[in-house]
Amino acid sequence: MSAPTQVLFDEPGPKARRNNIILSIVSAVVLAGLIAFVIWKFADAGQLDSAKWYPFSFSQIQLVLLKGMGATLKVAVVASVLALVVGVVFALLRLSSKKVISVPGTIVLEFFRGVPVLLLIFAMFLIFGNTIGAFWSVVIGLTLYNGMVLAEIIRAGILAVPKGQREAAMAIGLRPGQVMSLVLMPQALRAMMPTIIAQIVVLLKDSALGFIVTYQDLLYQVNLIGREYNNLLPTFLVGAVLFIIINMIVAGIARWLEKRLQRKSTAPVGAEGLSAQTAA
Amino acid sequence: MDFLQLLEMFFSGIWGTIKLFTVALIGALVLGTILAGMRVSPTPVLRIAASTYINVVRNTPLTLVMFFCAFGLPFLDIRFGATSSFNSFIYATLALTAYTACFVAETLKSGISTIPVGQAEAARAVGLTFGQTLSQVILPQAFRTVIPPLGSVIIALLKNTSIASAFNNRELISAMRNAIEVRGDLVIPLLFGTALAYLILALILGRVFDYLERKLVILR
Repeated sequence: MSAPTQVLFDEPGPKARRNNIILSIVSAVVLAGLIAFVIWKFADAGQLDSAKWYPFSFSQIQLVLLKGMGATLKVAVVASVLALVVGVVFALLRLSSKKVISVPGTIVLEFFRGVPVLLLIFAMFLIFGNTIGAFWSVVIGLTLYNGMVLAEIIRAGILAVPKGQREAAMAIGLRPGQVMSLVLMPQALRAMMPTIIAQIVVLLKDSALGFIVTYQDLLYQVNLIGREYNNLLPTFLVGAVLFIIINMIVAGIARWLEKRLQRKSTAPVGAEGLSAQTAA
Repeated sequence: MDFLQLLEMFFSGIWGTIKLFTVALIGALVLGTILAGMRVSPTPVLRIAASTYINVVRNTPLTLVMFFCAFGLPFLDIRFGATSSFNSFIYATLALTAYTACFVAETLKSGISTIPVGQAEAARAVGLTFGQTLSQVILPQAFRTVIPPLGSVIIALLKNTSIASAFNNRELISAMRNAIEVRGDLVIPLLFGTALAYLILALILGRVFDYLERKLVILR
């Protein structure tokens, strides 16, 4: 199917082209006006003075911001690895042929998937916070939620592997465990890799929640520097840019992988696989 | 503090969550539709503006967006009401709207691309303008096609309202924290109660979307 944007309107004729140019100019002026308004508001509040931006030239401030970024990334990386493990385990539990295993697995999965991730982080912090600290509260909270979402994604991937694969693997005498670990799981993980990485971007974004349980991450440092030097907005913008760049890199990896996998795909993902979505 | 008072606290929290959710939902649907329309419009400036906005905000954590609205906007002297609680409410709904609208727009855009080319061609052939094609032919069908994914976006919005608790809003999580402060001995039941409240709200929403799906979705 051709791109929808090209279908909704005709190849512009002379009149449409003229209207288009007028509309372009008008909308550009409106947008420029909006941006100018924001900048004027910033300047009005004195947030654009060089004094407000000066602290960023101190190596100490740069170091603190980088440390905050490092703390955020540490949470995201540890939680991603753990969430993948939890995801694989729960996908297997749900796929189990024994009701005794699959039903409780499903209940636990639906429970953790249905509550806000912030509530899970709070729960960890309030119940175990004194013994495990803010870092592990955030990590475990993120792991529980994203692990369950990943489990659904991986399960959809396993179900989407063509049936012949399992049958062939069983026919050559592999045990059920071997069928799963040598044949089905590698194909499922490969086929679902773009979706899995998209979910890891969600996890990375949620790791900013650590700020709320006083974990000393990027946002915490931004808040601290902003209050210390009375330049909250400039500090915020620097922090936001750092965050957005990292997220865009990871999201870019997901897109690149998706393209690469489309080129030589082993397990075509069926309708069920496509319906498995990331949950923000 | 006895059980009834705790329950009352919880219900006022649930009411706060529902208020935040409803206002943000309406805002996000309106803004998301506008953004989706901009993304498929014939004017390049609008297309670029919409896709830039979507790409930037989608890659920003909601906590950051809300941080900016709650702490940044007062700095810029942008206030909406006399009381600080009303202000916090507006800041939180603004953040939720701005953030969720991106996901609504993305979902709608994927819905637009599933609509057969013939529909838009036929609309143009009978002489409808771009605006008419979009609003009377394409978007009504796109909305009906994307009800299931839109449902998960909206349930995510419900769960995201919890983040507003960190920025002076009265809703479920802040009600839970207040309750835990006065009844420290009931931490685990209170946590479970809150989780249950969220699960029930999400379940109701899920049911609503199942119903809408049965009634409205066009199978292709």
